Amino acid sequence: MDFNLSEEHLMIQKAARDFARTELLPGVIERDDNAIKPIEQIKRMQELGFMGMMVDPKYGGGGMDTISYVLAMEEISKVDSSASVMMSVNNSLVCWGLENYGTEAQKQKYLVPLASGKAIGAFALSEPEAGSDATKQHTIAKDMGDHYVVNGIKNWITNGSDSQYYIVIAHTHPEKGHKGINAFIIEKDTPGFTVGPHENKMGMRGSHTHALMFQDCKVPKENRIGDDGFGFKFAMNTLNGGRIGIAAQALGIGQGALDLAIQYSKERKAFGKEIGHHQAIAFKLADMHTEMEAARLLIHKAAWLKDQHKDYGMAGAIAKYHAAEAAMHVTTEAVQIHGGYGYVKEYHVERLMRDAKLTQIYEGTSEIQQIVISRGLLRD
Amino acid sequence: MSVLVYTENWDGKFKKATWELISYGKAIAEQLGVPVFALTIGDVADDQLNELGKYGAEKVYHVKGEKVSKFVAASYTHAISEVAKQVGAKVVMFDHNFTGRSLAPRLAVRLDAGTVSGVVALPSSYEPFVVKRSVYSGKAFVEMQIDSEVKILSLMPNSYKVSENPIPISIEAIDLDIADELLKAVPVRVEKIEGKIPLTEAEIIVSAGRGMKASDNWGMIEELASILGAGLACSRPVSDEGWRGHDEHVGQTGKLVHPNLYFAIGISGAIQHLAGVNSSKVMVAINNDVEAPFFEAAHYGIVGDAFEIVPKLIEAVKEFKAAQ
Amino acid sequence: MKVLLAVSHVPDTTSKIRFVNKDSEFDKTDIQYIISPFDELALTRLLQIKEQIGGMHITAVTVGGADVDPTIRKALAIGADDAVRVDAEPTDALFVARQIAEVFKNGEFDFVMTGKESIDFTGNQVGEMVAEFLNIPSVASAASLELNGNIATIIREIDGGKEVIETPMPFVTSGQKGIAKEPRIPNMRGIMMARKKPLNVVPAVEQAAHTKVVKFTMPESRGACKMIDADNPAELIRLLHEEAKVL
Repeated sequence: MDFNLSEEHLMIQKAARDFARTELLPGVIERDDNAIKPIEQIKRMQELGFMGMMVDPKYGGGGMDTISYVLAMEEISKVDSSASVMMSVNNSLVCWGLENYGTEAQKQKYLVPLASGKAIGAFALSEPEAGSDATKQHTIAKDMGDHYVVNGIKNWITNGSDSQYYIVIAHTHPEKGHKGINAFIIEKDTPGFTVGPHENKMGMRGSHTHALMFQDCKVPKENRIGDDGFGFKFAMNTLNGGRIGIAAQALGIGQGALDLAIQYSKERKAFGKEIGHHQAIAFKLADMHTEMEAARLLIHKAAWLKDQHKDYGMAGAIAKYHAAEAAMHVTTEAVQIHGGYGYVKEYHVERLMRDAKLTQIYEGTSEIQQIVISRGLLRD
Repeated sequence: MSVLVYTENWDGKFKKATWELISYGKAIAEQLGVPVFALTIGDVADDQLNELGKYGAEKVYHVKGEKVSKFVAASYTHAISEVAKQVGAKVVMFDHNFTGRSLAPRLAVRLDAGTVSGVVALPSSYEPFVVKRSVYSGKAFVEMQIDSEVKILSLMPNSYKVSENPIPISIEAIDLDIADELLKAVPVRVEKIEGKIPLTEAEIIVSAGRGMKASDNWGMIEELASILGAGLACSRPVSDEGWRGHDEHVGQTGKLVHPNLYFAIGISGAIQHLAGVNSSKVMVAINNDVEAPFFEAAHYGIVGDAFEIVPKLIEAVKEFKAAQ
Repeated sequence: MKVLLAVSHVPDTTSKIRFVNKDSEFDKTDIQYIISPFDELALTRLLQIKEQIGGMHITAVTVGGADVDPTIRKALAIGADDAVRVDAEPTDALFVARQIAEVFKNGEFDFVMTGKESIDFTGNQVGEMVAEFLNIPSVASAASLELNGNIATIIREIDGGKEVIETPMPFVTSGQKGIAKEPRIPNMRGIMMARKKPLNVVPAVEQAAHTKVVKFTMPESRGACKMIDADNPAELIRLLHEEAKVL
């Protein structure tokens, strides 16, 4: 057992922290306020290698482990979770899925630009009628022999308008249930593919979330990922890893709010002393820190299991469930500690609280994590 | 044996920092029982050189000529080293300004001498020789012992009081041969910023931060500095935003300053900023946020809107100056 | 072109400063170490020039024990090509400068760059001493560096202005604020490559240190801040004149 981070881990953490402080913090309130995408900032994250951290360097990635990734994710999410969700989707869903299940030709064509910062990807699973229940895909990819024709709508797609490449989950053989599902790589300019307007969200407003519409989109056969019918397994396996990234995002959001609350508690005075010296505040801080530290350990364990090529499905679900719930609680308490200041945008914590809410919802709601965890417990 | 003081001149003139340095050198020389000599390089009129006697210098060595008309660290080091050897200098003193920072270290290598830069007080002991300077960007002080035969010090401006000690002074012109080899890094152009008081030697500094909101609002800060005869400074965000030049940024990653009086206007007081200004004798904070950390460090504080307070302060200074 | 970049290993700027051993040593407990920010700015400027003109090889050098390896590897992660660590405790500036000068002599370098000071001892000494050991030109407190063939144009801050200096190679210059805007953040590939770049450990040459620390002291704590009514700044002026005696 070794809880020490390596020299590289510490360097990555520091690089992400410095980047977040110097390049994400300026303007983060305005971007949130006006739902402005962090385009320049994402470009810099591509240059710095944050968008393909875990991909093998032979495909243009950083060749880093999952621990490195969650450390960077936490630091960036402390400041701007709109940027970090864009990073998360590209790293843990798109790049990871392609690297693990794509053909060599798919990797050369799609993974290399995605991992080396020349392109951004999206992962399209949710539908208006199918969110948590991924077995019911209404998007249909009809097998036409040498190509597929895709029809349907995808909802809530992060990077929806920023991507060059989309991984789209669709049913080819609805009669076969989830075994009839496939995953496809669809390029932005494919005729018949359109991107809807972005949603006016409560939080993570800098990251634009779109509906994707497919009307008679011709997709080449070689763009299917894995064997015919592999799509459901592909999606579930990919989301398993994605949870660890979102858990780290939730941790960052919570820790960012906690750091601000600690600082405020040392500066703000009430009844003749710093509010941190009032037990009502001090105990809140103790609880918040404990929750964050527990989340961190769960996340690092799940990341470690993944790096050891051990089963991390359950660990990832636990980490995401706890981290998201903790982030919601910690950010709410951080607003409370800030009092009136907490409710105004200038002090950051209200934004973090709005952002935290999304971590309980996407990439598997907290209730879905409870299902995954309980099924794991009750399995014979 | 002697204490040798390098008295820099600015277009042939000395400054208050020069008198501080001679006064400090004189105090050391008395303890060591040796005379103080001054050394100046470049064109300085005799009446100006004679001024050095007022503070206790017995003799001034004057190096001049075409080859030393411009400051080049290597050639100046050579000149000082030659004179130091000739007069058997035990202690060689510099101002801790941009020039001193170039010369003292080079001379230390030349003379195989120990050197301490930015000294803030007289030696606390002479046997062994121990002097105090600030470290960790003003967060602490250290007492340094120098063991070599010759000791080289650079004195922090504003850290020693000028004291007059008039004695008759003699001037000795020194003719030195400076090899071309030593004249490689030559200034091709000097850009003087007129009327600006160098921060490293300013007795009063008026510094403003992000609370001023935009570069257009600096007029009142400049006016306050001007009537106080103060240097102008700013906090890091201000120079990062490009509202003011980097040369005005004070703090741990900018300049470390040590005036007698530091006004912090609209500066919250981040630890890195305080580290760079902590050795100011008196600090005044003006901030609309009563919780600003600067109030913890300041001696005097005013809570309120700088845009209202600064103009009133300017009036108050004007009245004060008029009454003086 | 080969450049030698001297870096120092210093406590992070937010560190709480404490001392141990009867106040004679810095307390390293829980201290995070970084490359001194001015050295990092100097490295950033070198990398900008390298990207502009190509063909530059940057060797980072430091003096210290194995505990400083992570700091020098950070320079490799940011973009230095290789590194040399002189294996010795950095006793004083003269000692450190001598070691750097020796590394320079053994490596056919074209010039030396460093930060104007380390943020712990803030001595402003090492760069100039290296130049004197090597008997080459030096320009301290450089706020700008441009290379034009064999000639460097350096803008140096002086009291009350700035000075533009031209010097042929070899030379030593030390960078201050302005030499580069922000220190460069290492990219992920750079971090992973850092361990693969050469870090040569060499023994120190003999050089007596002439100064040593006797003890550290903390500044006297200030009394409470005296608050003055915002409507009466004249009172502030009176206090500064009569009480504090600084006006």
